[in-house]
Amino acid sequence: MAGGGCSKDTAADFGDQPHVLAVDDNLIDRKLVEKLLRNSSCKVTTAENGLRALEYLGLGNDQRSTLEGTVSKVNLIITDYCMPGMTGYELLKKIKESSVLKEVPVVIMSSENSPTRISQCLEEGAQMFMLKPLKQSDVKQLKCHLMKCRS
Amino acid sequence: MEVGQMQGRLVDYTKSLFMEGFLDGQFLQLQQLQDESNPDFVVEVVSLFFDDSEKLLNDLTMALDQKNVDFKKVDAHVHQLKGSSSSIGAQRVKNACIAFRNFCEEQNIEACLGCLQQVKQEYYLVKNKLETLFRLERQIVAAGGSIPLMEMGF
Repeated sequence: MAGGGCSKDTAADFGDQPHVLAVDDNLIDRKLVEKLLRNSSCKVTTAENGLRALEYLGLGNDQRSTLEGTVSKVNLIITDYCMPGMTGYELLKKIKESSVLKEVPVVIMSSENSPTRISQCLEEGAQMFMLKPLKQSDVKQLKCHLMKCRS
Repeated sequence: MEVGQMQGRLVDYTKSLFMEGFLDGQFLQLQQLQDESNPDFVVEVVSLFFDDSEKLLNDLTMALDQKNVDFKKVDAHVHQLKGSSSSIGAQRVKNACIAFRNFCEEQNIEACLGCLQQVKQEYYLVKNKLETLFRLERQIVAAGGSIPLMEMGF
């Protein structure tokens, strides 16, 4: 697993129950990542593609930017890289372009262990890159990293 | 058959699936995720896998049956199947998908058709094995026993 720099504290203090948005076009993977996160005491919302994710975050095409001064709904976004339509990388870029959401840590998941892909994502501001299939130890490590970054 | 014997049979059967490469460590991850709050997690996820895979196999059959095969589409379907089989630990299906994707890249229709057959075979095999596994588990629970947790020691 490759790690990036730490981000500043964003949303209000989430205690031990961070709210995670998990984005993946594969139904089985969505179910798996949801359970992994729930088992790590996270609150989870899932989205099946980048557009739905952006809509949930308030950055959808049809939504006026009413986000000024609002706090992000989520404390972490974890997204698959390979998705039809908008890739995880493109989603990452959109999030980093938003003044409200750019501080939310974004983690990219992929089944391909490609160094180019990893650097590309980290350079764009991804917090971490995780190799699929995810294991319980990966999520525990992720949560540790996230909690450490808060302090 | 009493509960102890049934449990022994389940353990042996599960071990054989790992030995023969049908399942890999990821399946154990799934089992470890199951808890009191979600006691049917493994069966639920595997059932989703069955439904999803059968749809993908149908889509693949149709896509390869076209006059002008869209290899990008075929590859996209195989990629999905590779992902889900990998996520539940269906190792042989995953490996068959990896081979399949290589031939998609080469746009080799004959080889792709061969791969599809291979993937289907591996899928139906693992489906059968998992259904047997779940049946053995149900028998134990029905007899009042608990499902023994697999250890990686073997």
